[in-house]
Amino acid sequence: MVSPSRAEYGAPSPEGTAGRLGAARRSARPDDRARVEQAWRVLQDVLDPEVPAISVTDLGIVRDVIAHEDAMEVVVTPTYSGCPATEVIAQSISEAIDAAGLGPARITQRRAPAWTTDWITPEGRDKLRRYGIAPPGACASEPASAKVAPIRLMARHVPCPRCGSEQTERLAAFGSTACKALYRCVSCREPFEHFKPI
Amino acid sequence: MTAVASIEIKAAPAQEYLLRIGDTCLIHAQRLAEWSGHAPILEEDIALTNLALDLVGQARALLTHAGAALGYDEDQLAFLRDERDFRNATLVELPSRKGGRDFADLALRNFVLAAWLNVLWAKLEASSDAEVAAIAGKAVKEARYHVAHAAEWVVRLGDGTDESARRMARAVERTWPYLAELFEDDAVDEAAERAGLGPRRSALRADWAALVEPVLADARLAVPEAGQFRSTGMRGVHSEHFGYVLAEMQVLQRSYPGGVW
Repeated sequence: MVSPSRAEYGAPSPEGTAGRLGAARRSARPDDRARVEQAWRVLQDVLDPEVPAISVTDLGIVRDVIAHEDAMEVVVTPTYSGCPATEVIAQSISEAIDAAGLGPARITQRRAPAWTTDWITPEGRDKLRRYGIAPPGACASEPASAKVAPIRLMARHVPCPRCGSEQTERLAAFGSTACKALYRCVSCREPFEHFKPI
Repeated sequence: MTAVASIEIKAAPAQEYLLRIGDTCLIHAQRLAEWSGHAPILEEDIALTNLALDLVGQARALLTHAGAALGYDEDQLAFLRDERDFRNATLVELPSRKGGRDFADLALRNFVLAAWLNVLWAKLEASSDAEVAAIAGKAVKEARYHVAHAAEWVVRLGDGTDESARRMARAVERTWPYLAELFEDDAVDEAAERAGLGPRRSALRADWAALVEPVLADARLAVPEAGQFRSTGMRGVHSEHFGYVLAEMQVLQRSYPGGVW
């Protein structure tokens, strides 16, 4: 696993910086830009194994795609420290890149800046809702001091993904995966999962 | 079947500092896992194992990072060290389902530790070690959720029925003597602070108290006066309970070296 330093997560654009592996090893093939774009398209179909409604790009965990002479590097960031899907996701990405003839794939992890549910795309949020999972609210507006929580107060306005009612209640703070909590709708009586904002 | 020899750790202060945090997360998770299938309600059963999952993830990141400087990987550090080479706070190794302890003890332990970790991770985001800062940036969000969840139980039980309040008050009495260790410095803390690696433990007390005291007040729980007892797990001197924790946690790797799922 590559340990990124704080200086390295500036430009997400594959063309923008030399990247931590150094300019010397970066590929100089004329079709690199097309290959990187194709890789991004391939990644749009690689699904999260635990929420198989959305892809890794919908989820916002692909931080960079870089063409090297000997490999196509995909930089991913973990959702939760202990997320058991991390290894399966890396394997799925690797297989998809290889199958598209863009490989060999090289998966590296970039831990900082930490993933936030704010990076889930608008399309990803729609897909979650259609799948029956209430998407997370925004957390970007929170002040840094909110990272140390005052006391047991969390925003709890989670509209039902099925009927849209705001009359919902939390059944459990944790759900079937690390990223979800369990709710139920008081209006339509359906239980549903909520993707926790972090 | 051949048992493997233990590894011995000669850690510099920086690794010592990281092992204290990583081991505290790891052993806390191990004790939480004992509750799988035994929590009072199904939702809490799932919650406790989810908390443990986050803690194991945080421990893995820290042990991997500290281990890189020590020449060991996360698995060797977790499964092949003996008691004296673990640096977790004593509190996390104490039984939480036996010896008269019950769910009240666990809820309180979860709360005080989540608050401690929340405050610590927030300060570690400014670490001079970029990897530590990155690990903290992720973990601080998880710890915050843990604080919120655990606080709800502390209030529900402390300000609940006579029986739940009695049990929670006893849990406070049993837990509080082990908290001093979380806030007192030694040479490792001083070295970490000098290097910009992370805060000294005494620097966590004010923020921790600001998180914990309002919840205890809501729970109608009185804080005991400070006593003389000092636990020493972070120096590698553990309670009589710890060997049993390691025996259960390590038995597979000790008996079947390198075994994988």
